[in-house]
Amino acid sequence: MANEKYETHEHDVLIIGAGGAGLRASIEALNQGASVGVVCKSLLGKAHTVMAEGGVAAAMANVDAADGWKPHFRDTMRGGKFMNNWRMAQLHAQEAPERVLELEKWGALFDRTPDGRILQRAFGGHTYKRLAHVGDRTGLEMIRTLQDRGVQQGIDVYMECTVTKLLKDGDRVVGAFAYWRETGRFVVFKAKAVVICTGGIGKAWRVTSNSWEYTGDGQSLAFEAGAELKDMEFVQFHPTGMVWPPGVQGILVTEAVRGEGGILRNKNGERFMEKYDPKRMELSTRDVVARSIYTEVREGRGSEHGGAYLDISHKPADYVKKKLPSMYHQFKELADVDITTGPMEVGPTCHYVMGGINVEAETGAATVKGLYAAGEAAAGLHGGNRLGGNSLSDLLVFGRRAGMAAAQYANGIGASSVSNDQIEAAAREMLEPFERASGESPYDVHRDLQESMQNLVGIFRNQEDMTKGLENIYQFKERAKKVSVDGSRMFNPGWHLARDLTNMLIVAEAVALSARERKESRGAHARVDFEKLDDAMWGKQHNIITRNADGSLNLSQRPLMEMPEELKQVLAEDE
Amino acid sequence: MAEATLRVYRGDKDGGGHVDYKVPVAPGMVVLDALHYIQGHQAPDLAVRWNCKAAKCGSCSGEVNGRPKLMCKTRMDDLPLDQPITVNPLKTFPIIKDLVTDVSLNYRINKKIPPFTPSENTEWRMQQDDIDRVQEFRKCIECFLCQNVCHVLRDHQKTEEFGGPRFFVRIAGLEMHPLDTVSRTELLKDELGIGFCNITKCCTEVCPEDIHITDNAIIPLKERVVDDYYDPVRWVIRKLTGRGKK
Repeated sequence: MANEKYETHEHDVLIIGAGGAGLRASIEALNQGASVGVVCKSLLGKAHTVMAEGGVAAAMANVDAADGWKPHFRDTMRGGKFMNNWRMAQLHAQEAPERVLELEKWGALFDRTPDGRILQRAFGGHTYKRLAHVGDRTGLEMIRTLQDRGVQQGIDVYMECTVTKLLKDGDRVVGAFAYWRETGRFVVFKAKAVVICTGGIGKAWRVTSNSWEYTGDGQSLAFEAGAELKDMEFVQFHPTGMVWPPGVQGILVTEAVRGEGGILRNKNGERFMEKYDPKRMELSTRDVVARSIYTEVREGRGSEHGGAYLDISHKPADYVKKKLPSMYHQFKELADVDITTGPMEVGPTCHYVMGGINVEAETGAATVKGLYAAGEAAAGLHGGNRLGGNSLSDLLVFGRRAGMAAAQYANGIGASSVSNDQIEAAAREMLEPFERASGESPYDVHRDLQESMQNLVGIFRNQEDMTKGLENIYQFKERAKKVSVDGSRMFNPGWHLARDLTNMLIVAEAVALSARERKESRGAHARVDFEKLDDAMWGKQHNIITRNADGSLNLSQRPLMEMPEELKQVLAEDE
Repeated sequence: MAEATLRVYRGDKDGGGHVDYKVPVAPGMVVLDALHYIQGHQAPDLAVRWNCKAAKCGSCSGEVNGRPKLMCKTRMDDLPLDQPITVNPLKTFPIIKDLVTDVSLNYRINKKIPPFTPSENTEWRMQQDDIDRVQEFRKCIECFLCQNVCHVLRDHQKTEEFGGPRFFVRIAGLEMHPLDTVSRTELLKDELGIGFCNITKCCTEVCPEDIHITDNAIIPLKERVVDDYYDPVRWVIRKLTGRGKK
């Protein structure tokens, strides 16, 4: 029984996170007849999905008739440098078109082709024009459509509520412990199945496109509950974040700028992508473009404020404003740059984690009973590097699958109980920062962590830096145990950060440990001391992180799943 | 480096007052950056909502020097720095703490709106020209600045009788969707009280997405309500035939 001291809610399926994956999962779980609760840290509709810009990748072949699931599958696998879970890549490519059309039936309005179908645009690493989009605000369209659908269907949403612990009954996950941000009061959720859709980890770096929410909560909750994390070294640095002025550093500049014909130049006016990827140029994969810009800057050919110039001003001004409206406003209002007449300054920004909770392809089941994951929090689909547009489709395809599987599992499982000890321990842990009269502010530790990850576990990595980075993390962990917070439990961001910080430290350590171990360069993981792919060894294994009994991180390797012949043939075919 | 003073409201439903904070001003800095600086260095418990920091999520609405703004796009260099910059929470909504208000009212109103309802045999073809105007409404990021400045809500607290500009925009997006089949005029007339709006355009002025709320959403909806309920010719036809009833 849950502890009667605390507000308690009970659902068949509890979904943590209300971005695209969480909402799509909740809609599907409801369809299966489950009662569904969705917990989210922010207000409904503000999750990171809302910031997705360029589009959702789905091989509908509305613009390029030759497209289909096979080319999409090939592009995804090649982009991910074959570290992908091939089954996920296959399901994703096959199901994405249906998921996008479903959104349209729920009221989403994508830009149109001349014959009235959904328009698709070019994007990095995609062989065909594949991204369904709404100007450069595709994520907003998607989250609004899903949220309206979910609310209409009857999901219960617990807004501004943060989960700090998964609750277990023996080896089963059976609920979660959380606090209301508004009041600071604790709340217990009892559930038969829990789906983690909490997104990424980017707030552990200084230059990031991610919001305050992206602190690795889901990955840490799963880790603490005994689940595996996979391939955490693969962190995507998006090639184009804003670099100037300082306050906006890291804010995303959509890849759609390049999809619509934007050109990258260095300070000498050279179109430097000719050097790095003459075939695909600006529409190379993100790992390549990010490293190219970084290299130009490092070798002294950067733009005024340490980036590259990205220019779309050769296109008609009206076209730019129509297809990239929020970029136009973003630069005009925040950087005093009119992108219809001059170039933007851009540079890499921490954007996405390909690694995450290890899940089964068909169901999103994690390696602990009763626990599921989907979206950025889950690993597998993207392998070593994610293609732009594959994230929004990921949320839809695997959000739905995880929601369905969780509901079906919940349907067939009996009652559970949660010990008071677990709940009391979770509550005590949360209250500790208030009890330490003097101590550092969590903001200080967070700043140091971000700086360390930025400098030592960033785009280009080497053994020595990462060892230093890990030593730093161990020190930060000690400091984090001693932080104190001022004020009351009512809407207290310092207190919230004190908790989020412990999650960031777990995922930062997982990234650094895995990255140091992988002695090769693959996709987004680039090492200056091991510059080549090592297909013989590292091309055949994943890094797996699990929790030791004492709470420390355990790193091991596991062979890739053998790909079936028919998919090998699909990969071998070329257009 | 230049310095600015932020005069930030600190308090909750039991009251509070303004507290001054000194903040170093960096190039291109926005008010939200300044608030984050205060959190990081002076007042870690200062409550403020934010997410994207790029005017895409609509979380960081506040009143800066008396003007309703997204704080992530309010530049410090657009404000007179020789006097304190006053930062207040949105006035229309009940305060929770500091700059955070209780906006749950908006989620309750939203639930009343019947969803997009296509006919069963819809052919999913639409022309861009036909959806341009709906896409304008769908740009809304739900910052609720329009709700905050609307005098029907702000000054007259008609929160139970009036939907407010945000939800007229949402309904316009549904009503003008080329493939939607449901009428929401009765809801507009009765439950959401669109008649209270006297088109002063305050909402349009503050919209950070430049949605022409009054001209493109509210006025056409008012016309639909008038057509359906107050057009004498239609009234006669309805009386005689019993058809066309809403």
